Amino acid sequence: MILDRLHRVLALVLKEFLTILKDPKSRFVVIGPPIIQFFVFGYAATFDVTSVRYAVLDESRTPESRALLARFESSASFDLVATLDTDEQIARSIDAQAVRLVLHVGPTYAENLHAGRPAVVQAILDGRNSNVASIALGYVQAIVQQHSASLGVGSPIEVDPGLSIDLVDRAWYNPNLTSRWYIVSALGGTISMVVVMLLTSLSIAREREQGTFDQLLVSPLTPLEILVGKATPAVVFGLADAALLSAGAVLWFEVPLLGSLAALLLGLFVFVIAVTGVGLFISSLSGTMQQGLLGSFMYIMPSVILSGFTTPLENMPRWLQVLTFVNPLRYVVELLRRVFLEAASLQDVAGLIFPMLAIAAVTLALAAFFFRWRTT
Amino acid sequence: MTRLDPEPPEAALAASAPNLLALREVSKSFGPAGRGGTIALRDATLSCRAGEILGLVGPDGAGKTTLVRLAAGLLAPTRGSIVVLGLDSVKDAAEVRGRIGYMPQRFGLYEDLTVRENLRLYADLQGVPPSTRAEREPRLLRMAGLGRFQDRLAGRLSGGMKQKLGLACALVKAPELLLLDEPTVGVDPVSRRELWQIIAELVERDDIGVLLSTSYLDEAERCHRIEVMLRGEIVASGSPASFRERLAQHVFETRPRSQREARRLQAHLLDRDGIADATIRSGRVRLVVPGSGAADVGRAIEGFDTSSAVATSPRFEDAFMCLVSERLAPPPRIDTDAAEPLGTEVVPSRGPESRAGEPRASDATERAAKVRVKGVVKRFGDFVAVRNITFEVGPGEIFGLLGPNGAGKTTMFRMMCGLLPVTSGTIDIAGHDLRRSPSRARARIGYMAQRFSLYGTLGVEENLRFFGRAYGLRGRVLEARLERALASYELLPRRDTPAGELPLGYKQRLAMAAALLHEPEILFLDEPTSGVDPLARREFWRRIGAVAESGVTVVVTTHFMEEAEYCDRMIVMAQGAMMAAGTPEDIRERARSPENPDPSIEDAFIALAESAARESGLRAQRSEADA
Repeated sequence: MILDRLHRVLALVLKEFLTILKDPKSRFVVIGPPIIQFFVFGYAATFDVTSVRYAVLDESRTPESRALLARFESSASFDLVATLDTDEQIARSIDAQAVRLVLHVGPTYAENLHAGRPAVVQAILDGRNSNVASIALGYVQAIVQQHSASLGVGSPIEVDPGLSIDLVDRAWYNPNLTSRWYIVSALGGTISMVVVMLLTSLSIAREREQGTFDQLLVSPLTPLEILVGKATPAVVFGLADAALLSAGAVLWFEVPLLGSLAALLLGLFVFVIAVTGVGLFISSLSGTMQQGLLGSFMYIMPSVILSGFTTPLENMPRWLQVLTFVNPLRYVVELLRRVFLEAASLQDVAGLIFPMLAIAAVTLALAAFFFRWRTT
Repeated sequence: MTRLDPEPPEAALAASAPNLLALREVSKSFGPAGRGGTIALRDATLSCRAGEILGLVGPDGAGKTTLVRLAAGLLAPTRGSIVVLGLDSVKDAAEVRGRIGYMPQRFGLYEDLTVRENLRLYADLQGVPPSTRAEREPRLLRMAGLGRFQDRLAGRLSGGMKQKLGLACALVKAPELLLLDEPTVGVDPVSRRELWQIIAELVERDDIGVLLSTSYLDEAERCHRIEVMLRGEIVASGSPASFRERLAQHVFETRPRSQREARRLQAHLLDRDGIADATIRSGRVRLVVPGSGAADVGRAIEGFDTSSAVATSPRFEDAFMCLVSERLAPPPRIDTDAAEPLGTEVVPSRGPESRAGEPRASDATERAAKVRVKGVVKRFGDFVAVRNITFEVGPGEIFGLLGPNGAGKTTMFRMMCGLLPVTSGTIDIAGHDLRRSPSRARARIGYMAQRFSLYGTLGVEENLRFFGRAYGLRGRVLEARLERALASYELLPRRDTPAGELPLGYKQRLAMAAALLHEPEILFLDEPTSGVDPLARREFWRRIGAVAESGVTVVVTTHFMEEAEYCDRMIVMAQGAMMAAGTPEDIRERARSPENPDPSIEDAFIALAESAARESGLRAQRSEADA
């Protein structure tokens, strides 16, 4: 009896693998997009600000002003694109987004410096991208501070000359605050979710559309067996992708993997099962492939945003935070970051694995229930 | 090419009418010329006059659609010339398209627009002036019988209504020539009759010409002239009468003692040389012997429990089958022995005495009914799709579920296969309650869906292997059955071909092989021959006959009335209720009248459907009056 069941499920699993691997489109979905997305995210998605385009309006035109501006020119964070002659040009170049920053050195800069009066440098920033503007301003302040210090005590060029507390910062887990570590460590979860959603959301809908699902329903296969047969290939491909991308994070982007490998793999495994449940649930509600695909995209976008993958969950309003509790991606993103960067062990992340197990149980049960219900 | 003269008087009369369409030695090939390309049409010459219905008749792949598309100016001929309404179909393609009406096999209705919106949209697209439109629209809606459904979404119409709306859309600009590509495929008999009435009315009143392709041989009789196409060539043409006359004294009928005997005799005759066709019609076996006469027929039916053969009036269908048997390779022999083992484990094969005896349905059900349907009701919300239906199917019976589109037969069928839960009542399959032990009940049935529904990307063998395993076959048993199925369905040379790339006939063989691989006790077939040409249908029914002969119970839905003749018993459904039940003989009896002493199943069916429609109309009126 049990053997018969296993035999039937095995037949279905084999068939599912065959259909995925024989269809060039499905084959590509499993391998192509994950790798492309991995590199696109790895290189493009970074909060680090480099090569800020800026212009200079130097009304002082003295060796002192040039010494200050030379520090910007030699910085990798800034990229000089224009030298301005008049005030009016400032507004124009910022409006046209030719530059994000204009450094304005007034005509009295050198005089003030020598007279021991505060010498003021004006930084005008494009606030439309507030994130870049505030980071660039931070850099400007740091460079000016360094320059001021190099001139020796008594020649401050500081907005706040009375600063007397010295802040020494040290970032734990990511000492250089490389945002790539933050993004890449979580990619295995995010990208494998997209793959699993595509595979599962189409799998039942495709059979419904092509009429083969009836053929399955009239066979001795029970809904539970169909569920297992349908879920297995998605879990296998999803886990393979997630593991591959995690390896890529370590080997290609050189993100340190400090925590337990077992915690990482178990976490990803449970996560992929939970996402498979969501995908099969969506698919079991869909009558056509188009509905399945639309459903999975309606799920993917919000779940990425509500996962803390790019923006911290703590900044979201309370009610939205509650919503994130049913999002498996939220748990795996945190799990991955903690295992990669915090050296978390299996025990440390157990609290993140159990909620995903619960989500998997509920969604898989719903999917099995709706297999038959939707058949009219 | 066979010219069948003399021309009948009505065609001679039409000779004076203007020629609307003329093809001269037209050929069309696709792909690279010579090797590798396919020749879809070869040296076709024909003409269509005003006031004439010209039929293109032939099996799938004969080149009918190519010819219609050429005439519509949608394809350019490789060789030859096509003149439509005095214009060249290639050079003046745009003007040709503006003056003809063309309805492809699947007319592009906008399913999210209403009936009226679809009609208006096509009027806009064709640039029909508002004055014409005001006169034409109501007339077309009335003709199509869609007046009451103007505001219904096209997507929610039945198949027959969609087809009528498609025809109305093609007619909205008052074309001088109408081209119809298989307009009645998948349409129930009642709707088919209505479509033909529309076409006949158009030809008579507006004096337009109609070129129509069909694979329904009974429809061909309604055309004024017929061009028979086989493998891209026109092989014969003439009026239906001229086709029939050729076969006078070559068509015979004999009445076997029982339905099962009729099927056995038919199978025997089809395998004999010199017999072009054998069918079961109105309980009698019809046979066509083009090269011989009564004496040979007498020898052919020797040893069967049947009346002596008498000559009967030929039909167009008989002539068509003669042409086919002359020109095409004979259909595969269906080996009953190969099918026999499929049932042996389940039902012991019948001895000769039971074969000779009258297998009365009531006796069969008393033995052990394979399907027991008791008081089944199905509701979808307020709508009652199936009203309290009870029947039983005995072992080895071929049992038909008949009814027009929307009669509830598909719902009933899906409930019997376990695809839909019943609202109330019980269904037993091979002694297992479908609700209590569904998996066990399902293991005993084979199911073949209306559409081809196997995995198109998987190969023939992979498909069979999957279904075999899903039904619990493994090891040597699985391998042996696979080989036998591949051999007996002639799929061996194509065992690795992806199922989706098979020709239609092979797809159907594969579907049947997959449904029978686990040797089910009951085989469910849902409109198995919908959209299948007459040749493939004959082959299919011979296989079904062999399967039933080996002891498998067959439950089939169909809307081809002549196929009902192959059933031992049937029920006819309309509006969710059972209108009639019994043998084909019992059903035909319902329509017997002084005017129609020998009714066909189709006559009986239409009479039943009409009386059901009248009753429900009365019911609706009564309930309106009450309100």
